[in-house]
Amino acid sequence: MDATRIKPPLGPDNRWWWDMADHDKLGIQRCTDCKTLRHPPRPMCGECRSLEWDAVEASGNGTICSYTVLTHPRFPGYDYPLIIVLVDLEEGTRLTSQLVDCTPEEVDFELPVVMTIQQDADGFKLPVFQLAERA
Amino acid sequence: MPVSLKNEAAIAGIGMTEFSKASGVSELSLAAQCIVAACDDAGLQTSEIDGLVSYTLDSSDEIEVARAVGAGDLSFFSKINYGGGAAVGTIAQAAMAVATGQASTVVCYRAMNGRSGKRMGQGVSGDIITSDLVHWSWYMTYGMLIPGSWIAIIANKYMHRYGVTREDLGRVAISQRNYALSNPRAWGYGKALTMEQYLASEPIAFPLCLYDFCQETDGGVAILVTSAERARDLRCKPAVIRGVTQAATQGQEQMTSFYRDELESLPEMEMAARRVYAQAGLGPADIDAACLYDAFTSEVIMQLESFGFCERGEGKDLVRAGELDIGGRLPNNTHGGLISEAYVHGMNNIAEGVRLVRGESTGQPDKNVEHVLVSSGVGVPTGALILGKD
Repeated sequence: MDATRIKPPLGPDNRWWWDMADHDKLGIQRCTDCKTLRHPPRPMCGECRSLEWDAVEASGNGTICSYTVLTHPRFPGYDYPLIIVLVDLEEGTRLTSQLVDCTPEEVDFELPVVMTIQQDADGFKLPVFQLAERA
Repeated sequence: MPVSLKNEAAIAGIGMTEFSKASGVSELSLAAQCIVAACDDAGLQTSEIDGLVSYTLDSSDEIEVARAVGAGDLSFFSKINYGGGAAVGTIAQAAMAVATGQASTVVCYRAMNGRSGKRMGQGVSGDIITSDLVHWSWYMTYGMLIPGSWIAIIANKYMHRYGVTREDLGRVAISQRNYALSNPRAWGYGKALTMEQYLASEPIAFPLCLYDFCQETDGGVAILVTSAERARDLRCKPAVIRGVTQAATQGQEQMTSFYRDELESLPEMEMAARRVYAQAGLGPADIDAACLYDAFTSEVIMQLESFGFCERGEGKDLVRAGELDIGGRLPNNTHGGLISEAYVHGMNNIAEGVRLVRGESTGQPDKNVEHVLVSSGVGVPTGALILGKD
């Protein structure tokens, strides 16, 4: 079998996020007491100390806050040049992801992007982003 | 009344192994060798060691090291987390131990086969669930496996906002290489680096290229801390600890503090600056030279702002004016730093801080060096240290 990307260890604090991705959704954790959204997920709300939370489905719309283009070294399981984006979601949280269907010359700050689900050859699904003008 | 660490402890000895790309010996061997060298430098016997401090990333546990070097009974031992963020934190722990009587002779060490053994950025994964592994998984699943990939996200944003250019990063790399030219311990010893070479170097994580990255090194460095009073009677001129602190701020992650409102500054380094200046009763104008943590060139420029040597966005102007060079306002990493001497997780930068205070650097500025600032890793929970002449 070909090499695959490094998979996240799945525990009570993060398994749900990857389960949502497996169902083609981008999740954002929400405190059910004070309604604060948070990412990356954590077991307790840092604002109100509540242990109660649920998840909302993000619209998938966002803008590029920052980015990098990885060219070396090339690890098995990833496509290079690998464009990594830090995305400001319209809901107000931020996450790191990959920009697909785009060349390194085209990526820039503040560009609108839209989430899409990528499925690897081994069936693993993860939320990635496309330039909005291309979606 | 709380105990102030100001002037309580001093660095009385520094020791290191050869820096190489393939040591051919175990990390424990490197640790033992550099500790013996630090004791020799101070003129003390290893049997007088009663405290040991290292990094959680160090593979040589304190008791293994103690047996190897024939240390005395240990009354203080600890390890500090967060990679290079531990660097001056080890000195903070040692100084606290000395100031409070927990130990009298504490050696801080970091020894690693950083090139021939476990290299940085090979990825972590596994069936064991820890908060640390979950943290890394948000990045590694997407292919961000190397430290450069994490730092590049911040560097790119910072450079974009303040108009910092690739040439500015190149000026940092070349400034430090120029210091390394005359340092026989350094990877860059005798190897000049031109701007042409710098700009042509291999892209790794845009905007960072090969020469923006530190070395990967096999080597060990040990720092011996004892009371300032006792240090005066030992072999070398003491480097007195004027102030030292650790620092982690809200929104802090390990290398990936991407979720703060502002990404173009280093809040933890600003906290370290406030605390270390207050403790020492000093300010940026009192600092004569520095060893600013330099795993990447961009970090050096950002720290000039964190430590108040200029305003926000002006770090590049100091670099362009040559202020980090040997005749400049703030000679920085006069041994070549992690970029051009060796990457021993910042411990070699502390050793250089001691040499500058003693007046023994191969890149010693032609001026009185009263106070030297040394910082720990950037982008991680960190810290700062001010060393002074006795």
